[in-house]
Amino acid sequence: MTVAALFFYLFAFTAIAAAIMVIFARNPVHSVMFLILAFVNAAGLFILIGAEFLAMILIVVYVGAVMVLFLFVVMMLDIDFSKLREGLNSYLPLGAVIGLIMMTELLMILTSWNIDPQAATVVASPIPDGVTNTEAIGLLLYTRYIYFFQAAGLVLLVAMIGAIVLTLHHRPNIRRQNIEDQIARHPHSAIEVKDVKPGQGV
Amino acid sequence: MMDFLDIAKAGPAIPELIIAVSALGLLMLGAFKKGESSDLVNSLALFAMALAGGAIILTSGPSQSAFHNAFVVDTFSRFMKILVLFGSSATLIMSVQFMKQERIDKFEYPVLILLATLGMMMMISANGLISLYMGLELQSLALYVVAAFNRDSTRSSEAGLKYFVLGALSSGMLLYGSSLVYGFTGSVNFDTIAAFLKANDAGVGLTFGLVFVIAGLAFKISAVPFHMWTPDVYEGSPTPVAAFFAAAPKIAAMSILIRTMISPFPAIAADWQQIIVFVSIASMVLGAFAAIGQTNIKRLLAYSSIGHMGFALVGLAAGSTEGIRGVILYMTIYMLMTLGSFACVLAMKRDGQRLEDISDLAGLSRNSKMMAFVLSMFMFSLAGIPPLAGFFGKYFVFLAAIKAGLYPLAIIGVLASVVGAFYYLRIVKIMYFDEPEDAFEPMAGELKMIIAVSGLFVVLFALFANPLVNLANAAAVSIF
Repeated sequence: MTVAALFFYLFAFTAIAAAIMVIFARNPVHSVMFLILAFVNAAGLFILIGAEFLAMILIVVYVGAVMVLFLFVVMMLDIDFSKLREGLNSYLPLGAVIGLIMMTELLMILTSWNIDPQAATVVASPIPDGVTNTEAIGLLLYTRYIYFFQAAGLVLLVAMIGAIVLTLHHRPNIRRQNIEDQIARHPHSAIEVKDVKPGQGV
Repeated sequence: MMDFLDIAKAGPAIPELIIAVSALGLLMLGAFKKGESSDLVNSLALFAMALAGGAIILTSGPSQSAFHNAFVVDTFSRFMKILVLFGSSATLIMSVQFMKQERIDKFEYPVLILLATLGMMMMISANGLISLYMGLELQSLALYVVAAFNRDSTRSSEAGLKYFVLGALSSGMLLYGSSLVYGFTGSVNFDTIAAFLKANDAGVGLTFGLVFVIAGLAFKISAVPFHMWTPDVYEGSPTPVAAFFAAAPKIAAMSILIRTMISPFPAIAADWQQIIVFVSIASMVLGAFAAIGQTNIKRLLAYSSIGHMGFALVGLAAGSTEGIRGVILYMTIYMLMTLGSFACVLAMKRDGQRLEDISDLAGLSRNSKMMAFVLSMFMFSLAGIPPLAGFFGKYFVFLAAIKAGLYPLAIIGVLASVVGAFYYLRIVKIMYFDEPEDAFEPMAGELKMIIAVSGLFVVLFALFANPLVNLANAAAVSIF
């Protein structure tokens, strides 16, 4: 119990600190690194509540794929952030006013919020015995939520088709390596043996 | 545990399944077929839409729901889906020649149109916030891509990018609103939300969320103040794509706006009616005034569509069965008028050059009597002059507004339509009384077909109005 609590605070504090550093780091590459740290700690929190599948997915998908992609983009774009910050002081008052309005709105919402007494029981609903949480997610995802799952799949498919349609150029006059053709090449078709008679030339 | 194993009953979603499976199949066909495949994919896509339309008509019956009540099929959704399928297939037919001439006749185009149509059908049948969002996003994502489909043209790419950025913003607002609605009502399902609101008072937070949801949906029907993208996107994207944007997605977005207001939130109708009244007035007025200065006919039609969305919203603002019937009729008539007008724009071609300026129509009546006549019928109908279809559309929504006691709304609407009549009539004047320019190239056969169908509908609407009004009435009753 105490070890778990200790780890909870460790992960939670590191995650929040890393999240704050994402915003405050001057170098965008550092921001991305801190974001990775935040994700890893969030994965740790998932493990603590027994959701190891989600933890692994978070690491594999977010850290492994999304963040690495992010890192590439940030490094390739080479944005000069000091230039971006130039106008900050002149925009600050307006930004502060908007922030204040948003803050009051959020406070208004929070004050009118009342939590359903049943909510706590729903949150704490445990996974049935004998079912791993991977299985439990699968059982829900592919039965009850199959419609949303398939719809999300179609949305991703459209994104993929769109990316290909808008960026792929077929250039017919470009010479590409064709390994099949290369392997299928035969000495008979590639080399011509000329019998050169002495003193006559080709 | 048994709940987990309860397999979703997917029967009512057969039309959607037909479209989804054929989109996937056609994608494979296009990718693996050697040589030119766009013609084949195009006709098969049309066939799939006809099949789905047939399935909708054949399965008509009482309201049904599927996928644990996330998906609902009633007379309303069937009617709107048929409209959407009609709009999409008309666009596909109109696109064939255009895409060939612009050298962008790729097989992905019909596939994307099919997927967008699928998204629209999912939106129309959505009975919860998640299914709403999923359908909306499927539709929008496909639309962003087809807006930029002519990728070598800067204007088309700009249109796609603009639509994408603003669309992402509106999706964000919709999601934010949905999360608040979910937070304050405890459910994403429309029926459960309605039941909760009947028993409880959800307070200001829910209204706040509702405002964001309406903002997100108003963006999709391009109602003021979320209309900024419309003229630029219509102008920049390829003309048949603009015709598509003006027709089918508007129908779908309007249907889901109706369902989202009527089905889960009847208990707080007074709250959302205010917002709809405001959006409606703003759209009608802006649509009427901003279109006056336009010289490009696609931009003009964009502003005209903004105005028409305002008129359609008058019916929703009334919030009664009659009002919804008015909206359904209005959208049907609007779609046919718009498709016909865009088909005429597609026919504006001289020496292989596509024309989009209103001044290019000068003296059309002397070169091409038929086209000038039909286009002027569309313009009269868009202006709402009896006995053409557009008049009846306006009549039904204003009637509902007056019965609901929304006199200021009805009066402003009539005034706005008088102002709007100015720029529609100006086009007629240019066609009939200005010095003629050179004749256009002869019209392609499929354009003639679209123009004939929509022209006959617009001119002869009064003859077969009765059965259509009855159908719309049945559809409107089914969502209450």
